Amino acid sequence: MAAHANGRRPWTFYVLATVFALFVLFLYGPMACIYILSFQGPNGGLTFPLNGVSTRWFGALFYQERTGDIAGAFSRSISLAVVVLTLTVIFSVMAGLAFRRRFIGATLIFYVAVASLIVPGLVLSVGIGLGFQMLGVPPRWYSSALGAHLSWTLPFGLLIMFAIFSRLGRSYEEAARDLGANAWQSLRHVVIPIVLPGIIGVALFGFTLSYDEFPRSWVTVGPKNTLPLEIWGMTTNITSPALYALGTVTTVISFIVIAISLISIAIIQFHRTRRRVARERTMQAGS
Amino acid sequence: MKLGIPAKAVPYLQAAPLALVLLLFLVLPMMMVFVASFFDFNMTGLVPTITLGNYIDLLTSRNTFALYLQTLKYALIVWVITLVLGFAIAHFLAFHVRNTLVAIGLLLLCTVPFWTSNIIRMISWIPLLGKYGVFNRTLLALGIVDKPVDWLLFSDFAVIVAYVHLFTLFMIVPIFNSMARIDRSLIEAAVDAGAGRFRVMTQVVVPLSKTGIALGSIFVIALVMGDFFVVKIMSGGRSASVVMAIFEDVNLLFYPPAAASAVVLLIVVTLIVSCILRLVDVRKELTG
Repeated sequence: MAAHANGRRPWTFYVLATVFALFVLFLYGPMACIYILSFQGPNGGLTFPLNGVSTRWFGALFYQERTGDIAGAFSRSISLAVVVLTLTVIFSVMAGLAFRRRFIGATLIFYVAVASLIVPGLVLSVGIGLGFQMLGVPPRWYSSALGAHLSWTLPFGLLIMFAIFSRLGRSYEEAARDLGANAWQSLRHVVIPIVLPGIIGVALFGFTLSYDEFPRSWVTVGPKNTLPLEIWGMTTNITSPALYALGTVTTVISFIVIAISLISIAIIQFHRTRRRVARERTMQAGS
Repeated sequence: MKLGIPAKAVPYLQAAPLALVLLLFLVLPMMMVFVASFFDFNMTGLVPTITLGNYIDLLTSRNTFALYLQTLKYALIVWVITLVLGFAIAHFLAFHVRNTLVAIGLLLLCTVPFWTSNIIRMISWIPLLGKYGVFNRTLLALGIVDKPVDWLLFSDFAVIVAYVHLFTLFMIVPIFNSMARIDRSLIEAAVDAGAGRFRVMTQVVVPLSKTGIALGSIFVIALVMGDFFVVKIMSGGRSASVVMAIFEDVNLLFYPPAAASAVVLLIVVTLIVSCILRLVDVRKELTG
């Protein structure tokens, strides 16, 4: 750290850079392997070497009887994730705004939200299942599993909103009010546009955490499975590279969602910087 | 637009949907688990009585202690590895990468796998660690071993590799967050006052990152202690965990013993978490 001033890197930089590079390899290497293996040839097995190249294992996902209802599970998982995303964004932003003021119960809600991150997902799933059983309501992916997923995504949403709102001074809203905006206008035209990148982040968490959630779905999903449960079913009796093909397909969907979110955040930030630079230029020209 | 809502009521209305979801899908279900842990059961289902039988069976079983020992062993090993790794990576990103945008980009690189399926990330180790997997073939080709090493997959080793792979991010992000807030002039002051690299680390950086370290530790320990699918798949049935035993019970529809086991587990996890919270005040960090 000390050596930064004269521009030379200390030896610790090279050690830590190596650790970092190895960690990234450790993160992505195994994932890359199964993407490659999902293109295994017709007679290939579960490990390297590749025995030819084919896309038959992708086809097997949708045509083979024994792989179960993959297409249905896909559409259920995506619908559920979209609903979870929408509710997570709305509820987290509202709660984030509430926490900008003092109210009775704020500390309690905060601790319950953190507890929700710590409770084992499977235990929660059992509890929700028992509750539905007691009420005589059958569990379904769009009711009990939806609630189970929200109890997982909302605490993340709330913590992200804390991080964003703690950096947003009250002066913006006060200025808006001084200029005659009512509460709704100051929210709609001042606060929301400023925190929009954070809201996209909450949406990303809402979608991906729900789309990939397994333990919380396990008892709560009811008779029709979501995708992670189908994958789990295949995992316990892996027999063909079709499992890897399914892994590749579901990861590609996650990557698309991640890319859309990160690119929109980058575009918003880019426009902001450009506008600020332009404004500063006009101010300089004026003076 | 006048809604006619008194200003004082606004935060309550804003927090209500989140609070309601947490009440219906966290607080009440956990109370259900607690209540069910005192129930009896038979072939047809739950019998709502009050019995301590489930707890007595659980706490007098030798198996229970073996399970907790195994689970705590995993939690401890994974905690140490992820702490060292997470601290090193967070330190690299916060102090050694000079451009903030590059640091955020590299942090995102670590974060992307978190947004993909845990099960898929876990099974992606199988073709690498298997008997004829990439590692064994490499070792054989290099002549380091004459026959495939069999402890790579379906072993404690595989379980720990998968945990570290899945959970290190939960250490990196909170520690990075704490380190990014450290005022650089403090470090310069320490250096000017004659502190070496080691003293800057132990007396400035570590104390100022302790909230991040505490948060990361809570997440990692809770995640390992709450896991069942990594142990089930990666140990190949040779090992078990507390939650895996709950999973097996629920599969057999033995709800009350599973509930009693869950209550005991939650008490243990809560104790560990409150010990960590006693050492470090985390709330200040989270709410800014």
